[in-house]
Amino acid sequence: MPQTLEPLLRDHKFFAGLDPDYLSLIVGCAANEVFPADAFLFREGELAQTFYLIREGKVALEIAAPGRGALIVQTLGEGDVAGFSWLIAPHRWEFDGRAIEPVRAVRMDGACLRAKFDDDPRLGYELMRRFARLTVNRLQATRLQLLDVYGRAHDH
Amino acid sequence: MCTAVRTITDSTGSNQPGSTARARADTSPWIETEPWGVVGIRHDSPDVVTLDLAPPGPFEFLPGQFNMLYQPGIGEVPISISGDPADRRHVLHTIRDVGPVTSALCALRPGEQVGVRGPYGTSWPVDAAEGGDLVIVAGGIGLPPLRPALYQALSRRDHYGRVVLLYGARTPGDLLFTDELSAWRARFDLHVSVTVDAADLDWRGNVGVVPDLLLRAPFDPGATTAFVVGPEVMIRFTVRALVEAGITDDRIYLSMERNMQCAVGMCGHCQLGPHLVCRDGPVFSHRKVARWLGIREA
Amino acid sequence: MPGPVVFESNALDQLLDAIKRRGFRLVGPMIRDGAICYDDLSSAGDLPEGWTDEQDAAHYRLKKRDDDALFGYNVGPHSWKKYLFPPYARLSPPERPPDKPFAFIGVRSCELTAIAIQDRVFLGGHHKDQHYESRRQDALIVAVNCGEAGGTCFCVSMDAGPRATRGFDIALTELLGENDHRFLAEAGTTRGAEILTEVRTRHAQAADIGAASAATENAVASMGRVMPELDLRALLEDNYEHPRWDDVAARCLTCGNCTMVCPTCFCFSVEDVSGLSSDSTAGDPERNRSWDSCFTIDHSYLHGGSVRVSDRSRYRQWMTHKLGTWIDQFGTSGCVGCGRCITWCPAGIDITEEVTAIAADS
Repeated sequence: MPQTLEPLLRDHKFFAGLDPDYLSLIVGCAANEVFPADAFLFREGELAQTFYLIREGKVALEIAAPGRGALIVQTLGEGDVAGFSWLIAPHRWEFDGRAIEPVRAVRMDGACLRAKFDDDPRLGYELMRRFARLTVNRLQATRLQLLDVYGRAHDH
Repeated sequence: MCTAVRTITDSTGSNQPGSTARARADTSPWIETEPWGVVGIRHDSPDVVTLDLAPPGPFEFLPGQFNMLYQPGIGEVPISISGDPADRRHVLHTIRDVGPVTSALCALRPGEQVGVRGPYGTSWPVDAAEGGDLVIVAGGIGLPPLRPALYQALSRRDHYGRVVLLYGARTPGDLLFTDELSAWRARFDLHVSVTVDAADLDWRGNVGVVPDLLLRAPFDPGATTAFVVGPEVMIRFTVRALVEAGITDDRIYLSMERNMQCAVGMCGHCQLGPHLVCRDGPVFSHRKVARWLGIREA
Repeated sequence: MPGPVVFESNALDQLLDAIKRRGFRLVGPMIRDGAICYDDLSSAGDLPEGWTDEQDAAHYRLKKRDDDALFGYNVGPHSWKKYLFPPYARLSPPERPPDKPFAFIGVRSCELTAIAIQDRVFLGGHHKDQHYESRRQDALIVAVNCGEAGGTCFCVSMDAGPRATRGFDIALTELLGENDHRFLAEAGTTRGAEILTEVRTRHAQAADIGAASAATENAVASMGRVMPELDLRALLEDNYEHPRWDDVAARCLTCGNCTMVCPTCFCFSVEDVSGLSSDSTAGDPERNRSWDSCFTIDHSYLHGGSVRVSDRSRYRQWMTHKLGTWIDQFGTSGCVGCGRCITWCPAGIDITEEVTAIAADS
């Protein structure tokens, strides 16, 4: 795209503190995306080669369980990142990602990024660091959800 | 016999919970006072009921305080007063059905009666929080004891900077005071964020944990007072997030819960280390109780 | 207050009669079921004349003395809380207050301190317990100064004895010589002084006062245990995770004996019963209060489970409360060094030993 997406990357929380030179380096892997409400960003089981920086709107991570319909495990909003599965084999989305409201996002191409990491491992380290922190936060939140702290006493 | 209550205000330092309205000292906790009438009931969720009770005489309370509600022959339990402190005729009590006494209370009908004594306990330092931002964080049945504080802050809205309400529950069906939440959400001078642990597709709101709501809440950590109520695990996670966001723990207040039987500091059950929750709490600054929150089986 | 007086031991009944005439119900020590317990006293003849108690950790025996001392023992499983804060009481509908106020005969200094400690709990806060107040306010106290320490006593290091200094109407020190048996009596109140005027007494001489001091010194010197002189509040606050708690938990049966015999333990639970019991007026519900113990699992129950489940946590709660957090809550220690918890613990756990162990490597 002729209009650079650098400002969008720079403004997103995920890339906060990233060296501007690196931002310029990876902007080529970025694409602007808009999803109307109820559109899917990704489906469970599909090949995952991308991740999304959510700029606006709300995305639900859902899983469909037979007899229970679709259940939302987490919602993501402005400043969040959707998609870790591009990092590890088998590179398949684990959940459905659906826009609950209209969503503006920047889609990052995983293959494109990985090629740049090979050239500059330091760039890879910077991004992995950020993903590691996200993953830890996500894990802690998930554990708190698992604890079901609001549940009725005799359900435990 | 009239249950008139005299309000005694204690002087408060900026780090102390607020002033305390007190039950009359010369009334024995055990002598039956004139019962209160049930004026209205509201089913807030499958296991939560709000009772609207009419006191037989003047009654005052401060946000965060509780009454002991009594069902003769069954028992007595501490219940947070959950309504507007400025409303003297409708004293709301929100009750979760977890045992024989609360079950009986939840089954009451208008026209029936309840034994009431109180108010007891320390209150939220709503006044002391003026001049800065106020962040109120409620988990599950933690919203009822916080609602009076929110009402009080909203009644003097221009004395605060930003006012934020963050509320989490297990599922959308467990959310309390939903029509009020909508009304609050519609205000421009109040930031309301709600989340649930799990939901199906009928829910268009957030799914996730309360501490994560802090990330998108607008407040200036250097000038913020936070009030937190919920299950202890949720409190610990939330306090961690508040501190990480830059709020010092002397400006974080909690409402603690322990087994309470006398409510007047005599039966020994509500001890939390050196504190008697009925007398020195239930509202505490985090700094005061942090140590015991971190000790298993304290 | 008039100066101390002396009366012969056979005039003790004059004292007791003077008290009876004023409409009091006398309670005092006597032998029951192999121990010296508190019960209704009709005359000096009921007292355990010539008996003493042999106490040690998990050990209590009565032994014959080789003299006729009327108060030649220390403290047994009962304490005066049996009367001021009875094990079971009906709160509502309120009980009729007792017909006659109590006169406690033979109250030791540690027990006076314990009564003062319970006064703070039940009367010293914003709310008063009327049930306790109605029994406490008119109670008459005849204290007895110990002439020797009991096997498990440590009142000196808890600053609670052995000499009664306040809180009594009359304080007696029993003096046994080769040929005489007398009591030094000091009035602590005008009421006490008036009662003493109805007893055949003479003014105390220097020899009497000297003998009384010697008795007190003997009690101090014979004290076998000591609570370490440390800031116990801080020590216990800093050591919630000390390994010693596991050690004592392995021995503690959580039987709660210590809380029953302790003169300051005040935990109680409130129970509501529907009006179907045979004791209540048909249809009237009742509220009752009974002694509770922090050793019970239910003590810390909180919808769904208890906070303190392990033996370790419950022993820790008792000890840290008694010696430490009590000070935060009520301004004084909860312990008076009477030794009952040591004597009546079936496992012989010694609170002074536990503190010493924690202090040794904290």
